[in-house]
Amino acid sequence: MRRFFAHSLTRRLLGALATLFGVSVLVFIMLRAIPGDQISAGLGTEAAALTPSQRAALEAYYGIDQPLLVQYFSWLGNLMTGNLGYSSRSQASVLELTASSLPVTMQLAIFSIILALLVGIPLGMLAASRPNSARDLLSQSVSLVGLSIPAFLLATTLLTVLAASLGFNPNGRGYATFWEDPSLNLQQMLLPSLVLGFGIAAPIIRTTRTAVLDIASNDFVRTARAKGIATRRLQFRHILRNALVPIATMTGLQFGYLLGGAVVVEQIFSLPGIGRQVLIGIQQKEYALVQSTVLIIALAFVIVNLLTDLVYRIIDPRVRAE
Amino acid sequence: MVHRNRATRAAFPAASVLTIGALALTACATPSDPGGSATTGGTLIVGITADPDTLFPWKATQFQAINVLQNVYGTLTQFDAELNVVPGLAEAWEPSDDGTTLTFTLRDGVTFADGSDFDSADVVSSLEQIRLEETAAVGRASLAAVTDIEATGDLEVTLTLSAPDAALPANLAEINMAMLSSEDTEESLSVTPNGTGAFTFESRVANESLTLTRNDSYWGDAAPLDGVEFRVIPDESSIVAALQSGNVNLAVLNDPLVAETAESSGLAVAETPQLAYHALMLNSRSGELGDADVRRAIQCAIDRQEVLDTAALGEGAVTGPITSPAYRSDADARPCPTRDLDAAREYLAAAGLADGFSISTIVSQGSYATSVNEAQSLAAQLEEIGITLELEVLESGAYVDRWIAGDFEAAVALNSGRPDPDGMYGRYFTSAGNLNAVAGYSSDTLDALFAAGKSSTDPAERAGIYDDIAAELENEAVWIWLFTSFTYTATTENVSGFTPMSNGSLQFLRTVTLSS
Repeated sequence: MRRFFAHSLTRRLLGALATLFGVSVLVFIMLRAIPGDQISAGLGTEAAALTPSQRAALEAYYGIDQPLLVQYFSWLGNLMTGNLGYSSRSQASVLELTASSLPVTMQLAIFSIILALLVGIPLGMLAASRPNSARDLLSQSVSLVGLSIPAFLLATTLLTVLAASLGFNPNGRGYATFWEDPSLNLQQMLLPSLVLGFGIAAPIIRTTRTAVLDIASNDFVRTARAKGIATRRLQFRHILRNALVPIATMTGLQFGYLLGGAVVVEQIFSLPGIGRQVLIGIQQKEYALVQSTVLIIALAFVIVNLLTDLVYRIIDPRVRAE
Repeated sequence: MVHRNRATRAAFPAASVLTIGALALTACATPSDPGGSATTGGTLIVGITADPDTLFPWKATQFQAINVLQNVYGTLTQFDAELNVVPGLAEAWEPSDDGTTLTFTLRDGVTFADGSDFDSADVVSSLEQIRLEETAAVGRASLAAVTDIEATGDLEVTLTLSAPDAALPANLAEINMAMLSSEDTEESLSVTPNGTGAFTFESRVANESLTLTRNDSYWGDAAPLDGVEFRVIPDESSIVAALQSGNVNLAVLNDPLVAETAESSGLAVAETPQLAYHALMLNSRSGELGDADVRRAIQCAIDRQEVLDTAALGEGAVTGPITSPAYRSDADARPCPTRDLDAAREYLAAAGLADGFSISTIVSQGSYATSVNEAQSLAAQLEEIGITLELEVLESGAYVDRWIAGDFEAAVALNSGRPDPDGMYGRYFTSAGNLNAVAGYSSDTLDALFAAGKSSTDPAERAGIYDDIAAELENEAVWIWLFTSFTYTATTENVSGFTPMSNGSLQFLRTVTLSS
């Protein structure tokens, strides 16, 4: 069985590599399909005053005078040697930038997911405990509101109201990492995690409700109940544990989404995360910065998926046996 | 069925612990910055929406980069609060009688941040490099008339000109003409700026903040502040929240709606009219727009105030071509000072287009807030005389590409202004100007007028010439100038001594005081 596991792991890793290669090609082509280049992004309309030889000199400086294939493979070659590129705007290597931005987004994603699970699973179970009752309606409404309110609206409202009425605005104080100032760091993560967590709680409520209802209608649950098993034990050991597989899938998906998709919340709360790094890179047409960062996000997504698969093995012995 | 609730009940304490923990942290939050005790000048926190995209002054065009660098570098001449040209690193300059040489006397005892002395060698090396094509300096065209640059003493530099250039002193005050030490390179300055300004560069965290400290050996009055931190807060509403909570002291806002929120929450907000102007640029080298009567018809059909009211909440003023304070055009000096549909129809009939026609305009989406609304207002107004304005709304990168190629019939644009009208329009409307392809219009009359404006050193005579230029631009309806808008400087109550400028400069951070 161990050999079988190794085999499936190899297959997954090969699939992951193919995915990453596909992402690298796609992001490379899409970036170049966007009008403008680093010269016009940097100089704006002043780029009209450049003479042809000035333009040529700048193209050579940014490395965009080379044929596309050469640009692609030199980037790929550099990646293999650990050189992710250099951001002339920030005067820092993409590796340095990512080393400071990725942890911010990871921390935000983990906090948001924890909050979402803490709200989503109990509410989902509450809803499933008596379908179509008042409590079901309540938790379904929470879920609907969570799905409907755009993150930017909730974020701006929270930020403005708390700053204006209580003077509470840790995010206005300049970002601090957890190691620099744990208290300030946690405060700065509080509102953005709440906003993102609330949005993610919605699908988790729905998934939990559906899964719990589904499992609860199984024969083994009726049998267990007939045996006189304690309700609490029945709920957790038998129903919830079996319902965890779809919840884990949903959580993994949402976590992956957060790694790249938290950009709006990062913008509003001034968190220097990886989503903002990509956004600024796209605005400034810093090709290497965007390509390498997107690839890192894709890699993180792949790793999260692999981890989700491992989680299945822990929560569901049947997956292990397969 | 109480028992079923237990499962969920068990989970709630966990959630509550987290919430309470978070609230406890909130409670022990102490506002530690911005700083400043009674005995020191303190550090002023300025909120900016984007990280400076370069720290090299000769290539800086981004607003944030210019704002930071103005505080770090010095120029030979500089602007006062009303944009008059006053001495900077040069304490005086003297043109020869025929205007073909200009001699600068440099200030004595000026040093760069690294401690080295500023002298004529630095001026010669700076100006020579700006002139070089391969430097790709933004201000290169300002030195087009300069044929020779010579150090005629340790503290004296003489420029030889091919023809008199009255705009040169004003052009030298732009931060793109900053004086750099002859020992520095673009590479080193991109990481560590080294200037002669009122503040010196201290540190930078990419995408987060940039910190300056007071330059104690600054040649002018030393700044009262100990330092300035430019803090990147990408969203203007979030900047207002940071001002409200006292985490940021000063910020320049562009969005009138956000400025209104700031003002209603009790922050001090100063409105400053801008040199930058909103216009409908017309390409006279394409199709129907080549006929001046067609352009005049467009001018007469447009109510500028209505565009301003609908697109920008009326926050601004209708304008003629020149916005430079000392040369400002009379907004009503044009064939149709107010909307006149009958006149518009007559012009169209004279051009043989009584039944109307259609043109397309490029519109930028995302680079400034009012663009699409302006375009829609323009289209609705032109429709009334049978002109169909088709909107091509483009992402800002795509818009810039088309704009710089001059690849449009019309363009809804927000163009920057300059304190000197020659610097502002010479490059657009002279046939040899480096933006003439974008302007889409040139004429012998304008060439002659711009040449006269450049060679005249008498301020009254110059003002008359630029009035003639503005009249020519309006009578020919070369473009349709619409309005200028405001920027809004929001400050917390402990900030005093800041003077906002209509070119958007933050140079007066050097006079700000911060009370504790």
